[in-house]
Amino acid sequence: MSINIFGKSKDLIGNINVYLQTIQTSGLVFYEAIKEYMDGQNDFFADRVVEIKKIEHEADSLRRDIKHKLYKYLLIPESRGDVLALLETLDDVVDVSYNTLLSISIEKPEIPDSIKDDFVKMAKYSVKSTEALIGACEAYLTDLSNVNDFINKVFFFETEIDRIEERIKRTVFGPDSSMKFSRKVHIRYFAEKIALISDTAENICDRLSVFVIKREV
Amino acid sequence: MNTATILFFLSSGLFLGWSLGANDAANIFGTAVGSRMIKFTSAAIICSIFVIIGAVFSGSGAAHTLGKLGAINTLGGAFTVAFTSAVTVFSMTKLSLPVSTSQAIVGGIIGWNLFSGKTTEPTVFSKIVGTWILCPILAFVFSFIIYLITRNILKKVKIHLLKLDFYTRLGLVIVGAFGSYSLGANNIANVMGVFVPSAPFKDIQLGHFFMFSGTQQLFLLGGLAIAVGIFTYSKKVMMTVGSGIFKLSPITALIVILSSSLVLFLFASKGLHNWFVSVGIPPIPLVPVSSSQAVVGAVIGIGLAKGGRNVNYKMLFKISAGWVATPVIAAIICFIALYIMQNVFQILVFI
Repeated sequence: MSINIFGKSKDLIGNINVYLQTIQTSGLVFYEAIKEYMDGQNDFFADRVVEIKKIEHEADSLRRDIKHKLYKYLLIPESRGDVLALLETLDDVVDVSYNTLLSISIEKPEIPDSIKDDFVKMAKYSVKSTEALIGACEAYLTDLSNVNDFINKVFFFETEIDRIEERIKRTVFGPDSSMKFSRKVHIRYFAEKIALISDTAENICDRLSVFVIKREV
Repeated sequence: MNTATILFFLSSGLFLGWSLGANDAANIFGTAVGSRMIKFTSAAIICSIFVIIGAVFSGSGAAHTLGKLGAINTLGGAFTVAFTSAVTVFSMTKLSLPVSTSQAIVGGIIGWNLFSGKTTEPTVFSKIVGTWILCPILAFVFSFIIYLITRNILKKVKIHLLKLDFYTRLGLVIVGAFGSYSLGANNIANVMGVFVPSAPFKDIQLGHFFMFSGTQQLFLLGGLAIAVGIFTYSKKVMMTVGSGIFKLSPITALIVILSSSLVLFLFASKGLHNWFVSVGIPPIPLVPVSSSQAVVGAVIGIGLAKGGRNVNYKMLFKISAGWVATPVIAAIICFIALYIMQNVFQILVFI
């Protein structure tokens, strides 16, 4: 029986790894999509939206599978709740990325050339924050001593993104801007939407740091 | 003497066994069951089997030491000593005072010695009291060292959370079985030790090689009483331990159980005792000790290893007070009860 459970735990470790990779891939797709949108490559952008939708579905079904297995076969109840909470909130990262790209594809915001680079930079830092978040999660599962290094990286990228977001808003709403108010609000909305990815990563890290304390022997 | 009379006289010991099963099994499987890592039924089965094995095959060492303190030579006397110890444990628990069966039974034996005019061997007595003090200290040292080793290993090995949880669960079962064995081997002396000199059981020869001695039959009965205690009442205590008093992480719980089980094993293992003698090391005396006090020592050990400076001195004081108060109270109650048994019920309490 114990060998059987051990086999199942190996299986589950594999599933969790695939799930984490899926989240990471969603970040990369998101970055490429924003870059393509800003470059005016609308066909490629549309393909990315389809791609991230697929990833989102994949992540959902993996999460459900892991949840089921965790409850049915494995894990000491104390860790089980934390691991499940972590996996559930990680899903939010994919959801936010997908929703942002979907909104862009529907609403097609007109981004002035002067701030396109800032949007791409925000997307780039969002990917980095997602990567650091995945690193933190992997460290939580295997090497607790490294979790805080990754968490600090997530906090750093989140602050950078906030800075760029503020810069975009100041440019758009500044005295030199001749845009219509509705367009300004629209641009602000998308700046905030992109920033939401790293905000989500930051929130997950806040929870993760508590889980780490609980896991310390 | 017919079976009913024998069983009546043994009933106080069986009650002590039941109470031991109800309370002390929680020291071993409390955290695992209370936090739902192991099902109660699985824990109860493992615990019962290994308590009985420990009691029957390794229980004689600690019982022998109790016999040297006072060889109670009638069943009536043994009944009274076990009964008054049970009363002491029960009433002190009701009054929320720290109490251990080991200390109550020693008090009871001293009460019998005083009543019957037998001398209490000061060397044996001081040896027993010395082990009571040594028991939590050893558990403290073991848990301190095992904790530091475990922490360093886990830092280096970088084991996956899921695998670690699997090993922890497996460890709780294995260490739980070892703890149950040690509890049976060490604490059966509290339950049945006083009946050894007067028990009427005859040795049974099973085949050519195996002899089922009268003492082993007595200890089997005591082990069964402990098992009944585990199955009927320990779940409630386990749930309290698991969710309340000692809130430990699964790995620290494992270290606490291992440390306290090692201590109980040290004070019960004849093999280890003989080996110590053969290599010229002063042997550890075989004496029944309190598993609860070992657990407290182990918990404090982990607390200190974690760098905590706030040792619970109140708890330490309570333990020390128990070393003095329990035997004194048990001795007084036993003396009075022996007087009543002899003069009111006309029962022979000593020869």
